Amino acid sequence: MPFNILVLSCLAYVACLFLVAFLAERRAAMGRIGWLRSPMIYTLSLSIYCTAWTFYGAVGYAARSGLEFVTIYLGPTLVFVGWWLLLRKLVVIGRQQRVTSIADLISSRFGKSNLLGVVVTLLAVVAATPYIALQLQSVTLSFGVFASETPEGWALPDRDSTAIWVAAGLALFTILFGTRNLDAKEQHHGVVLAIAVEAVVKLVALLAVGVFVVWGLAGGPAEMIERIDASPIADWELQPGRWAGLIFVSAAAVICLPRMFQVMIVEDGEERHMARASWAFPLYLLLMSLFIVPIAVMGLERMPAGSNPDMFMLTLPLSEGQGALAMLAFLGGFSSATSMVIVESIALATMVSNHVVMPIWLKLRPKAAISGDVRRIVILSRRLAIVAVLTLGYLYYRFSGGSAALAAIGLIAFVGMAQVLPVLVGGLYWRGATKVGAVAGLLTGFVVWAYTLYLPSFGPGAALSVAVFEQGPGGIGWLRPQALFGVEGMDPLLHALFWSMVLNTVAFCAVSLFTFPGPVERMQGAAFVNVFDAEAAGPQGWARGRAEPEALLVMTQRILGKEAALAVFAAEARGQGKEGYLPDATPDFVAGLERRLAGSVGAATAHAMISQIVGRATVSVEDLMAVANETAQIMEYSAELESQREELTRTARQLREANEKLTQLSVQKDAFLSQISHELRTPMTSIRAFSEILTEGDLPPEMVANYGRIIHEEAIRLTRLLDDLLDLSVLENGSVQLNLSLANLQQLIDRALASASHTRPERVFEIHRDLPSENLFVRTDADRLVQVFINLISNARKYCDSGAPELKITVRQRSGRVSVDFVDNGSGIPKQSQGIIFEKFARLTDQTRAGGAGLGLAICREVMANLGGTISYLPGQGGAAFRVTLPLRLDQKAA
Amino acid sequence: MRRPRAPLFLKRGSYRKRRLRDAARMLPVLGVLLFLVPILWSPGDTTRPDTARDGIYLFAVWIGLVLVAALMAPGLAGESADDEGEER
Repeated sequence: MPFNILVLSCLAYVACLFLVAFLAERRAAMGRIGWLRSPMIYTLSLSIYCTAWTFYGAVGYAARSGLEFVTIYLGPTLVFVGWWLLLRKLVVIGRQQRVTSIADLISSRFGKSNLLGVVVTLLAVVAATPYIALQLQSVTLSFGVFASETPEGWALPDRDSTAIWVAAGLALFTILFGTRNLDAKEQHHGVVLAIAVEAVVKLVALLAVGVFVVWGLAGGPAEMIERIDASPIADWELQPGRWAGLIFVSAAAVICLPRMFQVMIVEDGEERHMARASWAFPLYLLLMSLFIVPIAVMGLERMPAGSNPDMFMLTLPLSEGQGALAMLAFLGGFSSATSMVIVESIALATMVSNHVVMPIWLKLRPKAAISGDVRRIVILSRRLAIVAVLTLGYLYYRFSGGSAALAAIGLIAFVGMAQVLPVLVGGLYWRGATKVGAVAGLLTGFVVWAYTLYLPSFGPGAALSVAVFEQGPGGIGWLRPQALFGVEGMDPLLHALFWSMVLNTVAFCAVSLFTFPGPVERMQGAAFVNVFDAEAAGPQGWARGRAEPEALLVMTQRILGKEAALAVFAAEARGQGKEGYLPDATPDFVAGLERRLAGSVGAATAHAMISQIVGRATVSVEDLMAVANETAQIMEYSAELESQREELTRTARQLREANEKLTQLSVQKDAFLSQISHELRTPMTSIRAFSEILTEGDLPPEMVANYGRIIHEEAIRLTRLLDDLLDLSVLENGSVQLNLSLANLQQLIDRALASASHTRPERVFEIHRDLPSENLFVRTDADRLVQVFINLISNARKYCDSGAPELKITVRQRSGRVSVDFVDNGSGIPKQSQGIIFEKFARLTDQTRAGGAGLGLAICREVMANLGGTISYLPGQGGAAFRVTLPLRLDQKAA
Repeated sequence: MRRPRAPLFLKRGSYRKRRLRDAARMLPVLGVLLFLVPILWSPGDTTRPDTARDGIYLFAVWIGLVLVAALMAPGLAGESADDEGEER
C-alpha cells in the first residue's frame, strides 16, 4: 500500500473527527444537547481506557505472557460491575462539587488545599508522560510497519519526525476542541463525541481482525482452540502474585488515571449513565480482549521469528494480503492513540492550569482576581500545558529510545497513578483522613514508585547507576531499588506495587491519625463522606464575609464570560425576589458561586479568588465557632422562650388564683360588713326602743329600772363587740404590744378554768388534767394565752352537747414547743365546717347563743399567731378538739 | 434537629430495592473470587496444555458478570427517593 494513501487516509480520518467534534460543539452551543449526553456516548467515551497499548500492546503481551494481559481488563470490569460501591459516590461528589480533575477532587476533599493539587498534578504528569510516549511510539511503529512494506521502497524519512508530526497534530486538535470554552463545568461535547466515534472505530477494527483471524485463517473456533493449545503461548504459567496484583493495579488505574477521571466524572458523570456503563463498559472490554489471544497465536504461527508481536495487528493482515483490513486496523490503532492523548492532555492541562499556573499567577498579582482577564490566562495556560505535556511525552519517547515493550511502559504508569487510590478512597470513606496525611501518603507512594519502578525503567546506568542497583545507594543493601528491605526474588513490578502501596497507605493512615484537620478540611470531609446524606451540607464558610455583589459579578465575568455570569446573577436575583442583576451576596449564593467557579478553575483557586473579594483568606476556627454559636444561641433562645412561656403560664395561674382569692375576700368583706352592721344593729334597736319608751315617761319605776337594765346590758354587749373588733384589728395588724414573762402553764390553765366557769355556770364539767405534765414554765404573754384558753374552755362549756360533759386538757412538750389540747366529749364540729371555724363571725349554730359575735376563735387564731404559735382543730378525737401550740421560749423579736 | 429514626419495616418494594443494592455490593466480591480461581490451578502440574480452557473459563465468568450487572442496572439507576416508608 502506498505510504501516501496511508497518510492521506489518516488525514481524512482526522478531518472527519474535526467535523464530528465541530458539529457536536455547534449542536451543544445551540442548546440541543440531547443524545450528546446519553449513556451510550458515555460508555463509548469510557473506552479511552483502551489505548494503543490495548490495541497493539495486548497482542504483544499475550504473545509474551499468555493470558496475563486479561488482568488489565478484569480490574476495570470489577470496578464497574461494583459501581454501587465506589464509582457512584465518586460521580455524585464530582457533580455536587463540580470537580474538574482528580487533583481537584483530592485538593477539594482535603480543605481545598492547593499543595495536594500540586502533588497529584505532579504525580499525574510524571506518570502520564511515558504513557503518552507509548502512544506516540505505537503510532510511529505502525507507520513504520507500512513504510517497510512499501514495494516502492519508500522509506520512512525519520521515526522521530513522524512522532513530532503526530504530536503536533494531536496538540492542534486538543487545543482546538479541548480549550475552546471555559464552561461552568469542564465539558467538551465535541471531544467526547469524537472519542465515541473513535471507540467504535477501534472496536470494529479489532473485531474485524479477530474475525478474519479466527474464521479466515484458523478455520473456526474449534480449530482456533486447538491452535492455541498447540502454540508456545500455552506454555505460559500463571504467577499468582502478578495475577492478583495486576487485577488490583488495573482496578486502581481505571479510577485514578486522569483521562479516565476526565470522561468518567468530569465530562458527563451521572448516576443514570453510570448504571448503563456498569455493564456496557465491561462488555466493551470483553469484546476488545476476546480476539487478542487468537491474533497473538496466529501471529506467532505465521509471522517470521523475531518480528515484533506488538505489531501483529497490522503485520498479520498485511502478510495475508488484506490491505484494506490492515488499513482499518491501522485506523483503529490510530484512534486508540489519538483519543487517549487528547483526553489525557486535556485532563493534565486542566490540572496544571488550575493547580500550578493559576495559584502562582494569583500570588504574583493578587489584585488580578478582580480586575485581570482570568479567562484569557486560564485558556492560555491550558494551551501551553497541552503543548508542554505532549512535548514531555515526545521527549520521553525520544530519550527512552522507544524500544521497551509497550505493556511494560503502560504498567509503570498504572502503578504510578494507583498511588492516588489510598488517599482517594480514604478521603471518600474516612472523615479522619487529613491533608497532612494525604500529602505524606502521596509523597511516600510517589517516591517509592519512582525509586523502585520508574527510574529503573530507564535501564541500569541511565537514571540510577549500576552500583545503586547492585549494592544499594551508598552501599546500603536493604535499599536496593528492586529488593527493598531485603525482599529479593520478587517480580520487579509486583515488588514496586507492593512496597509503594503499603508504605503509601501506612504513611497516609498513620499521619492522619496523628494530625488535626483544619476547619475547611473538616467541612469538606463531612460533605464528601456523607454526600448521600441530605443534611450533610454543612455550614458554608462565607457566613461572616462581606462581599460586594458587583465585585463578585466582575470577577465571575472574567471567568465564566459576560453573558453566562450575568445570567447566573440575574437568576439568583430573581430567586431572591429582586430586580436587576445584583443579588444580595448571601452566604448560600457565594458558596454556590464558588462551586460554579470551581468547575472552571478548580476548587482551590476558586476558593482563593472568592476569599480575596470577601476579604478573608481562610475560614478561621473563630468563624466556625461564630456559626456554631449562632446556632447555639438560636437554640438557647428558643429554650429561653420555652421557659418563659412556662413561667408565664405559671404566673397566669398564680394571678388567677390570686384573683379568685381577692374575689373571695371581697365577698368575705361584704359578708363581714353586713354581719357587723347586723351585730351592731340588734343591740342598737333594743336600746333605741327602750330609750324611746323611757323618754315618754309615765312609767312605773320597776319598769324603768328593768328597761334601764336592758339598755345597760345591750350597751355592754355593744361595747364588748366593739372591744372585740378593736382587739381583732390590733392583732391582725400585728401592732399588739406583748407583755412577755415567765409563767407556769399549770397556773395559767387554773386561771382560765376559773374564769370560764362563769360561762353557763349551771353545767357541771368533769375536767381531766395531768398536773405534773402541766408544770412547766413558758416565756410568753400570759394574759393573752389565758384569753385563748378561756375562749376554748367557754366554747366547750357553751357548745358541748353531751349529757355528761367532760373536758380533757393535755399538755405536751416537744423540741422547744408546747402543745395544749382541749378535747371535749361532744359531737364535735362537722367536717365541712372545720375549715371556717376560725373565720370572723363564723357561728355554727344559734341555739345556745351566749352573746358571742363569732369572733372568739378568730381572735384566738390572731393571738396565737402573735405568740409565735398556732391553734388548730384536731379531727377524730371523739369530740371537739383544739390544739394550741406555742414556743416554749418566745423572743421579743420573733413576736 | 433530631434525625428521624430509620423505619424498621419497609414496604415490599423498598425492601427489594435495598436487597438489590446489597447484591450490587456483593457482585464485585464474587467477581474477585471467580477471577482469582485460576491461581489455584496455576502450577503446570497438568501435562495437557490448558490455556484455551482457562481463557474460556475467564470469558464465561466475565460475560456472566456483565449479564448480572445488566439485569441489576435498571433497578439501581432509579431515583433513590422512594425507599422510605413503613410497612402497614
